[in-house]
Amino acid sequence: MSTQSVTHDVSTIPSGPFDVIRHSAVLARRSLVKTMRTPEGLIDVTLSPILFTVLFAFIFGGAISGSTDEYLLLLIPGIIGQNIAFASVGIGIQLNADMEKGIFDRFRSLPISRISPLLGAALGDIVRYVLLITIMVGTGYVLGYRVTTSVPEFLGGCLLAIVFALCLAWAPMLVGLLARSQRAVQGIVFMTLFPLTFASNAFVPTETLPDWLAAFADANPLSHLIESLRALWSGGDWASPVAWTLGWSAAFVLVFAPLAIRAYNRKS
Amino acid sequence: MTSEYAVEADGLVKSFKKTQALRGVSFSLPRGKVLGVLGPNGAGKTTAVRILATLLRADGGRATVAGFDVARHPSEVRKRVGLTGQYASVDEELTGRENLLMIGALLNMRSSAAKARATELLDWFDLGDAADRNAKTYSGGMRRRLDLAASLTGHPEIVFLDEPTTGLDPAKREDMWDVVRAIVSRGTSVLLTTQYLEEADALADDIVVINHGQVIAHDTADNLKRVVGSQTLHVRPTVPDDADAVRAILAAVGTPGAGVDEARPGELSTPVPGDRALAEAVARLGVEKIAVTELSLRLPSLDEVFFTLTGERQKAPTTSDAEEVHS
Repeated sequence: MSTQSVTHDVSTIPSGPFDVIRHSAVLARRSLVKTMRTPEGLIDVTLSPILFTVLFAFIFGGAISGSTDEYLLLLIPGIIGQNIAFASVGIGIQLNADMEKGIFDRFRSLPISRISPLLGAALGDIVRYVLLITIMVGTGYVLGYRVTTSVPEFLGGCLLAIVFALCLAWAPMLVGLLARSQRAVQGIVFMTLFPLTFASNAFVPTETLPDWLAAFADANPLSHLIESLRALWSGGDWASPVAWTLGWSAAFVLVFAPLAIRAYNRKS
Repeated sequence: MTSEYAVEADGLVKSFKKTQALRGVSFSLPRGKVLGVLGPNGAGKTTAVRILATLLRADGGRATVAGFDVARHPSEVRKRVGLTGQYASVDEELTGRENLLMIGALLNMRSSAAKARATELLDWFDLGDAADRNAKTYSGGMRRRLDLAASLTGHPEIVFLDEPTTGLDPAKREDMWDVVRAIVSRGTSVLLTTQYLEEADALADDIVVINHGQVIAHDTADNLKRVVGSQTLHVRPTVPDDADAVRAILAAVGTPGAGVDEARPGELSTPVPGDRALAEAVARLGVEKIAVTELSLRLPSLDEVFFTLTGERQKAPTTSDAEEVHS
């Protein structure tokens, strides 16, 4: 190994108020590169929701809505809501792996804001949600689903779904930082999400549910998101469900983001 | 800010649930020097490093790194230190170069500067050929080097090396030592933890020995070796009945007053003052016609260092490559 001389005047960008954003972007890029290198990690936002859609459309369509075509209007937003929730387990697992492999120690020993690694991981996941929505709407089109409203309303729905996904993600992030193994993250997150996704309006009209379950399903944040998407894409009053969805999104961030940041700082 | 010391720890205390990892640890590292922190698994070495690198808060005591209090000015400390843990913390799914570019970007280096620095470090650490391969494909030694390169990206004033050679084979260990010497030759202060006296002796100016969260010795490498004996002579007589005669010979050639120890059943050992002791022992064994199956001169193991310093035997073997538990 040679020992060449090293110049010590490293050219740096002065630190400033935008450091958090810049560092988060660097770390988001890291997540993105990793996603691109392991495309099989995208199965949960590609093949598995397609499978759900096709199965549910033909199995439940006739029984619930009288026909597959009618049911698709309910189902496509429902499947998007369900899979946004399921896909959020990925970020928890990723954070847990980063912690186990000591990469977070590296980040914490650097002069960067402690929120950047978490924010970066969340932002890096946007691509997964964009892919999910694109594939779901595409699958719907193949099966006969059509968006009947305007382009701005359609895009507004997509944006709402992504915002909701990024806010919800703080909960599995917290689990990822607290759990002792990746398997535990998966177990805990799915155990919470299963009732949340099925006790909702995702697959059936909530009027058919017993009162106590209907009350839960109507208050369920996923139901509000799904109702917003149905209204924005198939017509209807979307102002109220969108407001509820945004309210829930804010609540997720306000509750889980501080806890996740605290867990990240405390981790030894 | 200037301070005579790169690192000063004063009475550090830290507990985890049931275990008290540090019970008042103090030591100092003068600027531009190497401090070796020597101790077995679970002694508290990693905990001390994590406190100094601002990854962990001490329950009591204080520490300054590069003149800044680690509890009050952690971000100033982080700007000036590099940390290489005993687990090589590199992103396996990125290439070696991408790892270094990412660290450079997080250190606010301009992209041209980060690229130049990455190339320089990759060449220096013999990773040039593997630079654009995923770190997943690297050997253990390569990962350690990449990890070290990552911690040097921002030209830190102080580098913490937490058991940099644990788990490496002897040849790779010596390569790593060369790297550490090269870092020091550029004026960087190094705090190194290790389980091997040999490593501390090879690299460190001063050595701190810690055990059960307490400092049991803090001295220069030379003084410490004077106490524990720079080397030990081990003799295993073929006939066990010769043990007493061998014991007498060892007492005569060994460091005066050090005593003769039965390191393993049937194997006697004593610290010796210099290299001539071996020849003298051989001559005396020859005169008394004592046959031996084993005769060797070794640097004392950590176990022997501890025995000399504390009179207490370590229960578990301390030279294993097992990783230290720190939480």
